Amino acid sequence: MGNRSETSPATAALTLRNVTKRFDGASGQVTALEDITLDVREGEFLAIVGPSGCGKSTLLSLLAGLEHTNEGAIKLGDQPVEAPGRDRLVMFQQDALFPWLNVLENVLFGLRLKPDLTEAERLESARYYLNLVGLGNKEKARPHELSGGMRQRVALARSLAPNPRVLLMDEPFSALDALTREQLYGDLQEIFTKRKKTIVLVTHNIREAVCLGDRVVLFSPNPGRVQQVFDVNLPRPRRMNDPALANLASEVTAALSARLAQ
Amino acid sequence: MASKLPRPVIPTLVALFILGGWEWFVRSGRVSEVLFPAPSHVLQWFWDSLLSGELLAATWVTMRRLIIGFAIGAALGVPLGALCARVRWVRDTLGVLALGLQTLPSVCWVPLALLWFGIREEAVLFVVVMGTLWAVVLAVQESVLNVPPLYLRAAQTMGSNGWHLWSRVIFPAALPGVLSGMKQGWAFAWRSLMAAEIFVVIVTGFGLGSLLNAGRELLRMDQVMGVMAVVMIVGLLADLIFFSPIESWLRRSRGLER
Repeated sequence: MGNRSETSPATAALTLRNVTKRFDGASGQVTALEDITLDVREGEFLAIVGPSGCGKSTLLSLLAGLEHTNEGAIKLGDQPVEAPGRDRLVMFQQDALFPWLNVLENVLFGLRLKPDLTEAERLESARYYLNLVGLGNKEKARPHELSGGMRQRVALARSLAPNPRVLLMDEPFSALDALTREQLYGDLQEIFTKRKKTIVLVTHNIREAVCLGDRVVLFSPNPGRVQQVFDVNLPRPRRMNDPALANLASEVTAALSARLAQ
Repeated sequence: MASKLPRPVIPTLVALFILGGWEWFVRSGRVSEVLFPAPSHVLQWFWDSLLSGELLAATWVTMRRLIIGFAIGAALGVPLGALCARVRWVRDTLGVLALGLQTLPSVCWVPLALLWFGIREEAVLFVVVMGTLWAVVLAVQESVLNVPPLYLRAAQTMGSNGWHLWSRVIFPAALPGVLSGMKQGWAFAWRSLMAAEIFVVIVTGFGLGSLLNAGRELLRMDQVMGVMAVVMIVGLLADLIFFSPIESWLRRSRGLER
C-alpha cells in the first residue's frame, strides 16, 4: 500500500515523504494526516478522494504552503514547500473572487504579481484564459453579476493565467449544480489536455475523481492515510455517464465502504 | 385613493399643517414671541443673516474646523485601527482604550483641551479629533478583522504579501466597514464641535455654535432656532452629498444591494 504512488523523483512535480500533520483540538491533539508518502507526476491530473475528515483539504493546504507539516517533507521539484507561492495556485471551494474588481482585473491580479511581464503581455494572457473558459465577453462584469458556474470559471482562469507549475483544486465544484458541474468537467479536461498542467484535485465525489483524474488516491479517515491508489486508463474526454467510468467508481466506492465498515 | 398620490404629497401637507398651526399659535398671542418665535420669524432671521453674510461666514468657520478635525481624526484612525487589527497586544491595549474613549462624549475633553492648548483653534480641533478618532479606529479594526480569510489565502497563493496584501486586498475588502466607521466618526465630530463652539468662546473664529450661543445671550430665539435648523441641514447634506452616494456606489458595485 502506498508503494504504487511513488515514482522516480525525476518525473515527479510534487513529492511528499512521511508527511504528518496534527492540530490542537478542544480535546487534545488531533492527527489530521499520518505518514503520507505520495508523488504527483509532472503533467499528471491526480485526484484525491475520501470522506470528510480524512484530511484531504489539509493536505491541499500543506501543498499550497498555507499550513506547515509537523513531520515529513514536501518538495516541489527539488525545492522544499514552506510558504505560499505562485508556482502552486489554488482554486477554492468558493470562488474567492474579489468583489471590488471586475472579471478581467480579478484574472490580472495574479499576473500583476509577476514582475517579469509587461502589462500588454498580462492583458493578452488574461484574455486568453478568459476565452479558454468561455467568458471572453464578460471581462467588464463584476463577480456578483455572474452565476456560480461562471464565477468558478473565472476562478479557474485566474489560477491558470499566471501559469503555475501545479494547480491545486480544493473541491471547486461541490457548490455547483449538477448540470454546471458536468459542463465544467468538460472544460477542465479540455484545458488539461491542451495545456498539460499538473493538477491536484481534492474531492469527496468519487465519480468526479474518476472522471477527472489520471490516478485516484483514496484516503481513509481518522487519521488521514493513503488507503489505495487507482489508475484510470480511460480515454479523454470522459463523460460522467460512461459505463466504464461508473464501474471504476463503484470499485473505489467498494474499497471505501470496506474500510469504513471495519 | 391615497395610493394614487405621489409619495411626497402627504408629508408635505403634514409639514405645512404643522408649520401653519405653529405660526397661528404664536400669532394668536398665547405665547411670547421672544421665547417662542414663529416659523416666519425664523425665516426672516435666516434671510437677513444670509444677506448680511453672517450665516455663511459662521458656517464656513464651522465647516473648516469640522473638515480639518475629521481629516486628522480619520488620517490617524485608519493606521491605528489597522495596527490594532494586526498586532494582538496593540488591540488589547489601544483597542480597549478606544472602546472606552468612544463612549466618552468628546465635549468632556473641552476643559483639558483649553488647559493644554489655550483658547485657540487647536483646542477646538483637538475636541473634534477626539470625537472622530476612536470611532474610526474601532471601525477599521473591526472591518479588517472581518475580512474573509479566503480572500487572504487566495491572494497569498497568488504571491501577494506585506504591503501589497494590505493595499490590494485587506483595505479594499474592509472599505465598506471603514466607510461606515467614518460616517459615524463624522456624526460624532459634528456633535462635539457644536458642543465645543457653544461652551467655548473662541476668539479665532465665530462658528455656528457661537452664533447659536450669541442668540441665547441676545435673547434672539429666532436666531437660536434658525441656527439649529442650519446645523440639522448641514448634517443631512453631508450625508446626502458625501457619505450616502459613496456608500451606495460601494454596495451596488459589490452586489450587496441593487
